[in-house]
Amino acid sequence: MLSSYLMVAAILFCIGLYGALVKKNAVIVLLCIELMLNAVNLNLVAFSKYGVGASLTGQMFTLFTIAIAAAEAAVGIAILIALFRARGTVNVDDYDEMRR
Amino acid sequence: MFNMDWTGEYVAFIVFSAVIISGAVFMINFTKVVHMVVSLAAVFIGIAGMFVLLQAEFLAFVQVLIYAGAISILMIFGIMMTKHGDREAESKSRLHKIAAGIGAIALFGILFYAIRQTEFPAQEQPLHGAEDNAMEIGKLLFTGYVVPFELVSVLLTVAFIGAIVLAKKEANE
Repeated sequence: MLSSYLMVAAILFCIGLYGALVKKNAVIVLLCIELMLNAVNLNLVAFSKYGVGASLTGQMFTLFTIAIAAAEAAVGIAILIALFRARGTVNVDDYDEMRR
Repeated sequence: MFNMDWTGEYVAFIVFSAVIISGAVFMINFTKVVHMVVSLAAVFIGIAGMFVLLQAEFLAFVQVLIYAGAISILMIFGIMMTKHGDREAESKSRLHKIAAGIGAIALFGILFYAIRQTEFPAQEQPLHGAEDNAMEIGKLLFTGYVVPFELVSVLLTVAFIGAIVLAKKEANE
């Protein structure tokens, strides 16, 4: 059963990675990163139930990850809104000052 | 891995993983940004179901509250404040998409191989504290994890004040 959970998490992580690389809207890129974080959380909780030393430590870890992810999403959205005000676009391809 | 009997847990697992993976694939394929956020909310709820299956009820409710509730709404607000009814324009080059797809599939191949090859040792003891999950987590949070808990509260405060400062309108520039 453990490997089934790990497999679902792996699929989810790869879809999130593909979305983060391909999508153009910056909000969606941020959401894809949340998707990858969720896949990792699923792994942690699966190991907390089916791992060798099953304990609540994995769930505690997931709790802290969720808190950090919430902070990350809030700061990310704030940066995006400030960036949108400055540049008038949310297309990640248009944020290319460092390349020019 | 695929030779398991059809217990209730297995059926529920299949249903939730179908919800999760189809939600994620729809997210990739939708063109309207708001639809993508809604399908991701379905993914988050599916993961909450998985947490219930894994005897992490407290985490399941936290997942519904924070991900399916707060973060989805935050993202929808983000979309509203940037561009209404925005459609995903198709201008990223085909080569870029193919390269990203190959990279993601290669990563999945490596993970698949690693998961299939690993021999997971048998459990020493089953998960204790599975009933009264919330109480056990609360006890742990206020005994073994007090310092990280307080640090997280400081970090959240700093992050949200920082977010407010960042998103605030700059005075008549």
